[in-house]
Amino acid sequence: MDLLELTIKDASEKLKKGVFSCSELIKECFTTIKKNDKKINAFLTLNEEEALKKAIERDEMIKSDKEIFNKKPLLGIPVAIKDLYTTKGIKTTAGSKIIKDYSPPFNATVVKKLIDAGVIIIGKTNQDAWGHGSSGENTDYEPTKNPYDLSRVPGGSSSGSGAAVAYGAALVGTGTDTGSSVRLPAGYCNLVGLKPTYGRVSRYGVIAMASSFDTIGHMTKTVYDNAKVLEVTAGLDPYDSTTFPIKVGQYTKVLGQNIKGLKIGLPKEYFVRGLDNKINNSIKDSLKVLEKFGAIVKEVSLPHTNYAMAAYYILVPSEVSSNLSRYDGVRYGGTREMFGAEAKRRIMLGSYTLSSGYYDAYYLKAAKVRTLIKQDFEKAFKEIDILIGPTSPTSPFKLGEKVDDPLQMYLSDIFLCPVNLAGIPGLSVPSGFVDELPVGMQIIGPQFSEELLYKVAYLFEQETQYYKIRPKFKNG
Amino acid sequence: MDKKYQVIIGMEVHAELKTHSKMFCGCKNDPFHAEKPNIYTCPACLGLPGALPVANKKAIEWTVMLGLALGCKINKFSKFDRKHYFYPDLPKGYQISQYDLPFCYDGKVKTSFGPVGITRVHLEEDTGKLIHQKVDGRNVSLIDFNRSSVPLIEIVTEPEIYSSAQAKEYAKKLRQIIRYLDISDCDMEKGGMRLEANISLQKKGETELPNYKVELKNINSFRFLERGIEYEIKRQKEILEAGKTPDQETRGYNSEKNITYTQRSKENAADYRYFPDPDLPPIRFDDKWFGEIKSSVPEPLDSVFNRWEKDYKIDKKLTELLFETAGESKKFDKVFSGLSDQKLPVDKFVNAIVNKKLSVDIFGEKVEEIINTYKKSVQVDDVTDEDLKKIITKIIKLNPKAVEDLKVGKTQSINFLVGQVMCEAKKKIEFNRLVKLIQELIK
Repeated sequence: MDLLELTIKDASEKLKKGVFSCSELIKECFTTIKKNDKKINAFLTLNEEEALKKAIERDEMIKSDKEIFNKKPLLGIPVAIKDLYTTKGIKTTAGSKIIKDYSPPFNATVVKKLIDAGVIIIGKTNQDAWGHGSSGENTDYEPTKNPYDLSRVPGGSSSGSGAAVAYGAALVGTGTDTGSSVRLPAGYCNLVGLKPTYGRVSRYGVIAMASSFDTIGHMTKTVYDNAKVLEVTAGLDPYDSTTFPIKVGQYTKVLGQNIKGLKIGLPKEYFVRGLDNKINNSIKDSLKVLEKFGAIVKEVSLPHTNYAMAAYYILVPSEVSSNLSRYDGVRYGGTREMFGAEAKRRIMLGSYTLSSGYYDAYYLKAAKVRTLIKQDFEKAFKEIDILIGPTSPTSPFKLGEKVDDPLQMYLSDIFLCPVNLAGIPGLSVPSGFVDELPVGMQIIGPQFSEELLYKVAYLFEQETQYYKIRPKFKNG
Repeated sequence: MDKKYQVIIGMEVHAELKTHSKMFCGCKNDPFHAEKPNIYTCPACLGLPGALPVANKKAIEWTVMLGLALGCKINKFSKFDRKHYFYPDLPKGYQISQYDLPFCYDGKVKTSFGPVGITRVHLEEDTGKLIHQKVDGRNVSLIDFNRSSVPLIEIVTEPEIYSSAQAKEYAKKLRQIIRYLDISDCDMEKGGMRLEANISLQKKGETELPNYKVELKNINSFRFLERGIEYEIKRQKEILEAGKTPDQETRGYNSEKNITYTQRSKENAADYRYFPDPDLPPIRFDDKWFGEIKSSVPEPLDSVFNRWEKDYKIDKKLTELLFETAGESKKFDKVFSGLSDQKLPVDKFVNAIVNKKLSVDIFGEKVEEIINTYKKSVQVDDVTDEDLKKIITKIIKLNPKAVEDLKVGKTQSINFLVGQVMCEAKKKIEFNRLVKLIQELIK
């Protein structure tokens, strides 16, 4: 088997037919990891012993129950879990040294759902500590590298999950997206990455970064795989009061349906200043593909886009400063001095913007801007069905290139974080290559429009097949 | 009170609600009866990474119920906020509370000194409990999270209390109302109800509030509240008389020495950095839900007492001793109307209950059983005057001294003679009837 090319869909069929066993698949994952992870740093913790044990159990299930794949839609699928997800009995560090030895006594709701669906947890993946970052370099451990070019970043903060799926260590990588953290690594690693509607997937058990922004998404090689995973993870959770009692869509069932007459909006504010010309051209080419399917493309305006980053970097640190206050040095072993520079920066910013006397001028004002940005999208969706833009204004940048300039780093998210301010879904899909580096295209829809996003992405993917271009690095 | 100064007091009272489960998780809410520390805990009330709060609907309803019972207005749109501070018993680094949109505001509690305005009633979570003790010879601080995230209501008054006695009466009245609603045990000794008073002195004749206040915190008895305030009045007066202003600070009360002492000064006052808790969606009371809560509020306590006074001529002072909860008052209503239907004296029944002359389990037994027991206790036996006269004649002969005493006006000896007659007759006979007969016979 070639893990670099294997998808969930292929793997399920081959497990069903007995082309390979679950144990063989999982062993192969660990072989790949052992050969490559030293140079990529996708994983912080490996779950090898337990995974192999589970694989044997799954093989027994396959032998004894013909209906097992209907009951457990992700049976035997190797999953890489971002380290922000609490995993019972498996170390959960959030990419931080403060809780480096924390072993949670419970599973996040999504982890539980994935396990119930039959997945096998390969390990916990590297990330910017607490989710603070766009490159993966803010990890308190060794930074993850991009499998398409080891001198470049894989995108963050779900850096390890993105790299792990790209180099074949797992077939799905879970992530969290507070401002960009699933879509950016997906864009930089030639993957499909979903930031679901806020409240579509439970946050329970996923370590909070900014609670009103955090969404629980995942990265896969293909649109089908991505939709398949969302069918498992989405839904109301009694443990998370911000989830919605809205029926979970049949995301894989809509794939292949036509999009004739679909109105696509191009936010003019996303196609200006700082956007790499080659990326601009790549996205424009991709739009031509969608036009061939009968979609109508028109320019729209999201007038408050310029204020999005400012509002984001007031509201998010405010919530961050609150959410990180539980790591006060009393529990978990690590003391507060162990917070990294970026975490400290956000704690200070957020404590300031929430202080009495400054609250109205900063937090409250930013919250009002957030409403305006939300309204920008609502107005746009009255005219058009979806919005399309580049995932990132640039190609994956070099490791170290932006670490000393946090503002430049923040700008990588400029097309992504408005979506989090609005709480709507965004899907990054491979849109080709520029100078042999992946380019991501972001499809944005109204709340709970994930079915539509997948439908559009699927036709595009089947036509372009960019996902088949896998990293060229040599194993070993 | 002093001629020169007027004390001005505002109160903050905390009470733990007795819901089955905690405020923001499904753990059992029973910290005082837990067999061991940390047995009623889960990721949410331990503040573990990733855990999320889910609000207890009952606790919200009870808070609104209390607000309505205190005549408050209700915020039909409300929310929870995070209040940040560092303390080892606060595992999240913030307490979920309510800041600018409390469930209830603008109410009133009547006291014999005048009404006390209720500024607000809000709902929050309690913290864990620190226990300082020696383990293996070392002084250590331990944390028990059984209490962590237990629902806690806070009732804040306007600065409209003008004496220690009024403060005490207010606090007692508030506890009576909370217990009547049956939403909290208000166990002061265990910390299920905690009192705080903000105290300052105003020069008589001045209308502006003083420019300082002293917070007297964590008082766990009405008596200590009264004494602590008295001590503060004395202490603050001395400072003011010396031409200084008392420090704005938090003070505790030492009941052994009967003094107050500094706990935290103003310089260390915390900025709580309140903001809306993003984990908990805002709460909207629609007409249906609000209607349900409103209809669950029982008849006001004062109205129960007034009604009984009017209908049954029972003194309020007696009826206050009869019951605590609204459910219990309803049982009394049933018993009273049963007695009344049978033309039995309700006031005498109440007397018998208060003086423990009647052995019945009011809240356990059926109304008929209670009435029957009462009837038996007051029933008189059927005896003819003729038979009685025979017994009385015998008793008169046996007790010449008592008869003599009675004749010379020592009226108390009649009680003795009546007792003797009843004893001899082995029957229950109306007292007045016997007195009349005895007096006839000794004439």
